[in-house]
Amino acid sequence: MSAGLVAAVDAQTLVDAVGLGAVFALMAVGIGLVFGVLRLVNFAYGQLVMAGAYTLAFTSGWPVGARLLTCLGVVLVLTMALERAVFRPLRSASPAVMLVTTFAIAFLLQAIARIVDLRDGTIGEAAASVGGLRQAVTVAGVDVRKVTLVAIAVAAVSLGLLALMLARTTLGLHMRAAAADFQTARLLGVRANVVIAFAVFLSGVLAAIVAVILTIQAPLVTPGFALKETIVVLVGVVVGGIDRLWTATLGGFAIGFATGVINGALPTEHTVFLPSAVFALVVLVLIFRPGGLFAPGRTAVVERV
Amino acid sequence: MTERLDSLAQLLVPALLVVAVGVAASMASRSNEIHFLNALVAVAMVVAIYVFVGNSGVLSFGQISFVAVGAFAAGVLTVPSALKGSVLPGLFPVLRDHTIGNVTSLLLAAAVGGIFALLIGMPLMRLSGLAAGIATFAVLEITHNLLREWTKIGPGATTLSLVPETTGPLQATVGVLVVLLVAFAYGRSRLGRMLRATREDPAAAQAAGIDVHRQRLWAFTLSGALAGFAGGLLVHMLGSITTEQVYLELTFVTLAMLVVGGLTSLWGAVVGALAVSGLDSFLGKAEQGVNVGFTLDVPTGTRLVVVGALMALVLILRPSGITGGRELRLPRRRTA
Repeated sequence: MSAGLVAAVDAQTLVDAVGLGAVFALMAVGIGLVFGVLRLVNFAYGQLVMAGAYTLAFTSGWPVGARLLTCLGVVLVLTMALERAVFRPLRSASPAVMLVTTFAIAFLLQAIARIVDLRDGTIGEAAASVGGLRQAVTVAGVDVRKVTLVAIAVAAVSLGLLALMLARTTLGLHMRAAAADFQTARLLGVRANVVIAFAVFLSGVLAAIVAVILTIQAPLVTPGFALKETIVVLVGVVVGGIDRLWTATLGGFAIGFATGVINGALPTEHTVFLPSAVFALVVLVLIFRPGGLFAPGRTAVVERV
Repeated sequence: MTERLDSLAQLLVPALLVVAVGVAASMASRSNEIHFLNALVAVAMVVAIYVFVGNSGVLSFGQISFVAVGAFAAGVLTVPSALKGSVLPGLFPVLRDHTIGNVTSLLLAAAVGGIFALLIGMPLMRLSGLAAGIATFAVLEITHNLLREWTKIGPGATTLSLVPETTGPLQATVGVLVVLLVAFAYGRSRLGRMLRATREDPAAAQAAGIDVHRQRLWAFTLSGALAGFAGGLLVHMLGSITTEQVYLELTFVTLAMLVVGGLTSLWGAVVGALAVSGLDSFLGKAEQGVNVGFTLDVPTGTRLVVVGALMALVLILRPSGITGGRELRLPRRRTA
């Protein structure tokens, strides 16, 4: 009986951890795609997700289809506005300036969200679940919330489609070329604006998907929504290797999975210093394997002195 | 001759500006004093950040960690020991049983900040660009996590209160002047010039025999010590502090000040800190409703929106800041 309980808890934890890893992998792709073409780490990515989450919360009474479309629309408009107003003028700036700018944008969007949210006097808005996905189902003796399964499925399908697109279409080829060497790719006729806009557009679509999944998992939307997740995903992306899309994705998944397992297996008092350990790992990776843990060889975008 | 006058002005003009704010603080009403003191402490923090980021050209999100350790070191050790046993029962006995004076605590804050920065800088100063940005951000997260959860060294997630409020107009002004003087002296020293050479062209600097890693480490350590000192001033101004006050938002605001003023000059750091801090105070009042010919009443949170937008606009439209990133120069007659 007790052995069965332990096994069930473990399977439960594992499924939840895979679910978390799937969401983080999607965010990692969103950050990695933009980094590939722009060499820009988008610190404000979490705030795009937050904007989508607020849209879902404010449209709680609407039909599901309309809510999802509005969410997608709002996130895409915001993403493309960022591309046009911020990323484009900064294209020739140094990576550090770009990082600081997106840091400022993140704070700006968060502060705006706070003002919008505070109109009713309280902080936080509840988002209604999309299509009853918050309920649990029992699969092979393990209780799983439907959204976890949906998250895993959606992540698998999105990543599959993206991989196909990158491998089989002309635009995908252009994107890979641009990510490998932007200058040379332009000389050979790759249109920079189209490729960049498309990469940013895709990252926006992914942000909207993540917004839907996260609001089902945690319905209370606050200005800091997805901020913690973004920081953790950034860590995962850097540890995995930000220079390649697949290592970035793997890094995102790994850190989501690891956090899920550790938080599920250990009681809270043992995990208070977990963030320190994780961030120390980032520093170590940056110093000793700047290309990332999963990157082959010692090639790196990171310069050292 | 003008060279020398220029360099004198580069120290004296910011110093006079700081003294003016200090005098204004001492004449202001009790409720307005805090705005001037805030501005002064902001100058200390931003100049501390400038010493590393401005001179080296390497981005750091981590300097506020040194403000944090300085603030908590000075704060925890100046709470009267008679009260410490009851308000901070979990402390290490050494910290619990000793209480130090105001000036000693400021020096200690500087020492702790400097040593912490030196230890962290040794491995970290090998990184540049994006990697440096992310690694220093990780340092900020680690410091915050440790200060928040480790109740043997501080108050943990609760508020540290009962810290003597010794940072009045006099202490703030003198403190900031010390920071300015140190930053100015470093900037004009051989070390400061070597570091700026590595900022302009790392390869050429290395070829000229400059050890990039060592020069950055020097500046990082000095910046950490000044930031720790500024943290000491901060905690003695506030009287009570939580770990959240020396974390992301402060990092953002101080970076915004430096960027708006102009990253690469001491003058820019001082101007940026005073300008943004003034704007910040004004908007803070406007959030409560303020009369400027008509009643201006903006929603809570407008402060951060305006500061964020300003920072982003400056970065996009004028990356060298309002001073152009240059030091102050005296107006002079043009000679053909």
